[in-house]
Amino acid sequence: MKLKSVLLAGAITLASGTMTLAEDSSDPIVIPIHNWSSQIVMSHVVGQIFESMGNNVEFVTTDSQAVYESVRLGDVTLELEVWEGAFGASFRTALEKGGLHDAGDHDAVTREDWWYPMWTKDACPGLPDWEALNECAHLFATAETGDKGRYLDGPVDWLKHGKERVEALDMNFTVINAGSAAALWAEIGAAEKDKRPVVVFNWTPNFAEAVWPGEFVEFPEWVDGCDKDPSVGPNPNALYDCGNPAKGYLKKAAWDGMQDKWPNAYEVLTKISFTNPQIAEMAKFVDTDEMEPEDAAARWLEENEDVWQGWVTGGS
Amino acid sequence: MASVTDHTSLRDDRRSSGRMSALRLIFGAALLLLVLKAVGMLPEWLNRPPDWLIPPYAQWLDAFFNFIKGDMETGRPGLIYLTRWFSEGPLEFMLNTTANLLEGKRRWPNIGPISWSAIAAVATVIGYYLGGWRMAALAGGTFFWTALVGQWKLAMQTLSVISVAAPLAFVFGLTLGIVAWKYNWFDRAMRPILAVLQTLPFFTYLLPAVIFFKVGPTAGAVATIIYAMPPMILMTTLGLQKVSPEVVEAGKMAGCTRWQMLRHVYLPAARTEILVGVNQVIMLCLAMVVLTAFIGMPGLGAKLLAMMNSFKLGRSFEIGVTIVLLAVTLDRLSKAWVVKQPEHFEKGTPWWKRHFYTVLGCGAFVVFLGLAYLSNRVPNYTLIEGANQGNILQYLFSVLGDVHRTQDLSQGKEIDTAIKHFLDLDGIQATTEWLRWFLNVQVLIPFRNALLWVPTPAFILVIAGFAYWLAGRREAIIAAIFFSIVASTGWWDRSVITLYTVISAVVLAMLIGIPLAIWTARGAAPPLSLQGSAKDFAIGLVGLAFKRIPVLFGALLVSSLYHFFTAVEESAAFLSPTSPSLYIFGATFLVLWLAVRDWPRDKVVLTIVDTAQTFPSFIYLIPAIMLFGVNDVAVVFSILIFTLVPLTRYTVEGLRHVPPEMTEAADMSGATQVQKLTSVQLPLALPTMAVGFNQAIMFAFFMVIIAAFIGTQDLGQELQRTLAGTDLGKNFVLGICVSLMALTFDITINKWARNRKAALGLE
Repeated sequence: MKLKSVLLAGAITLASGTMTLAEDSSDPIVIPIHNWSSQIVMSHVVGQIFESMGNNVEFVTTDSQAVYESVRLGDVTLELEVWEGAFGASFRTALEKGGLHDAGDHDAVTREDWWYPMWTKDACPGLPDWEALNECAHLFATAETGDKGRYLDGPVDWLKHGKERVEALDMNFTVINAGSAAALWAEIGAAEKDKRPVVVFNWTPNFAEAVWPGEFVEFPEWVDGCDKDPSVGPNPNALYDCGNPAKGYLKKAAWDGMQDKWPNAYEVLTKISFTNPQIAEMAKFVDTDEMEPEDAAARWLEENEDVWQGWVTGGS
Repeated sequence: MASVTDHTSLRDDRRSSGRMSALRLIFGAALLLLVLKAVGMLPEWLNRPPDWLIPPYAQWLDAFFNFIKGDMETGRPGLIYLTRWFSEGPLEFMLNTTANLLEGKRRWPNIGPISWSAIAAVATVIGYYLGGWRMAALAGGTFFWTALVGQWKLAMQTLSVISVAAPLAFVFGLTLGIVAWKYNWFDRAMRPILAVLQTLPFFTYLLPAVIFFKVGPTAGAVATIIYAMPPMILMTTLGLQKVSPEVVEAGKMAGCTRWQMLRHVYLPAARTEILVGVNQVIMLCLAMVVLTAFIGMPGLGAKLLAMMNSFKLGRSFEIGVTIVLLAVTLDRLSKAWVVKQPEHFEKGTPWWKRHFYTVLGCGAFVVFLGLAYLSNRVPNYTLIEGANQGNILQYLFSVLGDVHRTQDLSQGKEIDTAIKHFLDLDGIQATTEWLRWFLNVQVLIPFRNALLWVPTPAFILVIAGFAYWLAGRREAIIAAIFFSIVASTGWWDRSVITLYTVISAVVLAMLIGIPLAIWTARGAAPPLSLQGSAKDFAIGLVGLAFKRIPVLFGALLVSSLYHFFTAVEESAAFLSPTSPSLYIFGATFLVLWLAVRDWPRDKVVLTIVDTAQTFPSFIYLIPAIMLFGVNDVAVVFSILIFTLVPLTRYTVEGLRHVPPEMTEAADMSGATQVQKLTSVQLPLALPTMAVGFNQAIMFAFFMVIIAAFIGTQDLGQELQRTLAGTDLGKNFVLGICVSLMALTFDITINKWARNRKAALGLE
């Protein structure tokens, strides 16, 4: 009840403040939802902000790669989490085809790389250095990989280039691709009991940090062009001979038609910016506190009014 | 003792000798290639088709699809205008209407959501009408569970799409079926298309659905319709063809017009087949619930995927249970509808009597709507200690309208812990560790490497040779053509890996399923007595335990529910002699035991395998990974569960239908149990078993694609990759590879089964 009145008050301020602007269309703004919790909650947070402004909002579950094609065509209005490492390629492809554009960055930085849960460090104390990891390769060996270590990479469609890196840095590892995020968690979960050392693909911000504390492996630092120019990085003859960017962007993307159809909502979208702790908090509500995404979003809005009120009223 | 099969091979010696030499030629050529490769003299172009020979199918198809698709952005006319009109017009309108009624989406007619208790009440009445109190309990119980466990909205999102997709699939299927029955050429043109459609991996449906019909429930509905339609078409045609000439004569004599003939003669006479088609449509729609979540279908499937991706096994399991319950309910209800013949009343029966159940259903609907309205006026009582704790009646009344989040009885966290503990048990870990090592290192990896080593032409020759040996020349040619097409797509290695996974899973499933089926088909367990030998006693004990497991489970469930309702704070006291839970457990056990005591063994086994199969396949992936890790063993394991079902079911079926005079003859000639089984029963059951074997292969081809979510290196992985983009051409090529391989098996095995049946005089 309290929240509703707050939202209503916000809406009234907004309505009086933005009289001069064109009205938003009454068609629903379609917000895509993917299969990880921070994105789901964030989408609901933004959706509820839009609703408080009097817009209609609808959520649709989509594939996180295919969504850019849908945004381009206007089937979906926006995308709130464009991760540089994971979706940069799909985003850029869609950008070239036209129909969607970059709607600004979040403050949050993202990182995706080889990662290990803390117990792994007990067996291999030299970590997080990658050369130390290579020394310990035998610890990660399994029945199928023989004497080589086993690294569980993300699904092939995430395009993580784990195999290329192992070759470029001449590491004693075999790269296996998991089929889904769920497969990665299952692998860590299975290793947890007897504290078996594992090294898997992981990213931040992510709920897994709260469940299994761990660290990223430190590879040779990312230099621009590492994925295009062989001479960049420690191995002069190979691509992908460095780690992923430790500070990747997290963008928002919008359909080109959004600005004309929902000018007020678009205005807010460009101002929206979340930080790493904020995103982690949203994920935590769902992943550890077992809340439903809608409730988690409502609670976040309630607790962080000062953060989002600025976006809504600032523009008028 | 001579086998029954012998006399068939005596027929037509000349033809079979020609066949033998052809076979020798085919296998000889394959062997030659293998030997050449082994000594290193095989030219590379005979090992794998060279790159320049591989036509760019994907580009061609892309160009073709682009041409017929048209372009919304540049305004070039094409099919997309039609499909988009359909999806944004009538389809979206229907979906919005059902979504409003069932889950309360803010669209016309803006009257929903209908409260769950009213829907559950109507379902109960329908259940009672169709199948007595058992069906009523099943239907009502399913909706009750769904609501109380807090999944009502999700389930209704799913059902709102299915309640549009299933009727549309029915209408389209029926229409096409009638056309195919009327016009022979259409039938002939349709059959190969349907065969491909039925074997095409679902990923291939998804991408075009998104491109042509917009991501979201519309694409989900379209993919579901296309996937569910083929059996409806086939069953309609079959039913119409079987209408007896006498019925047709009678219709003609009554002077029916063509339309009247169809409406009042043919369709009613084909009622049973058509309703079986309806049942198939419903089941296939439910099978797509999770898969269509990838293209924006909301509801249970989407939630299941989200839960799995945050490693919440308990909640995923609960959603899985809901899907199973819904599937079982709809399946049983529609089957009851098939059996139920139309009722006829004497002239002069009052209106309400003729429509008794309609009146009852409407009455229950209105009453519960009223109750729901009242219930929303009372506080949200919960059963958990703290604010708003109420007794069970207060609770039940307060949830009639809406099950508030704090009120649901979801045990997700507890189940989660239980599953993870189970997977962590030392004994289980040690077993799986050993299995993983043994299967992977000793069996699967060598087998895969061997298959990959075989030169492509030799592989095709061997497949064609087998088809020739089992079925005949026509099938051999088809097999050769199909596999050559697969080779010419350039995806040969991945296709071989797909095939290897399928074969491994099916062989392992046979090793488990066939003994299980033989044991099942031997009928009721011998009564447990102390007089017999120790062996008999042991067998009896195992049988008893096996049969009682479901009973034990049921009793545990009921008593822990009671326990949850009453004594949340003293959870440790469950097993104490004063705890009522213990007595409830005992009583339920007894009741359930008495209820299923008379069930024959096959019913128990088939119920278990059926339930295992209805569970959404994704549920198995995580336990498979936790047990075996991301590797081929986990993949094979998850496929195995699905392939077991048809193998077991058809073997049981086949063994049971062995003519009794044959087994009697064997008994009289003094055959031992084993001789009777190997020389009489199995050979006679083999054609039926082959049907099951064929289905097992089809299921395996279906599951191997899903197993891409564990992590594979086969066609499924590539298909999964295309899902992220817009590569329609590549997506289609990969799908066709899977389809062609599956069809080769399908055609060959079916032909073989028909030949055998004819030879054995079974049909």
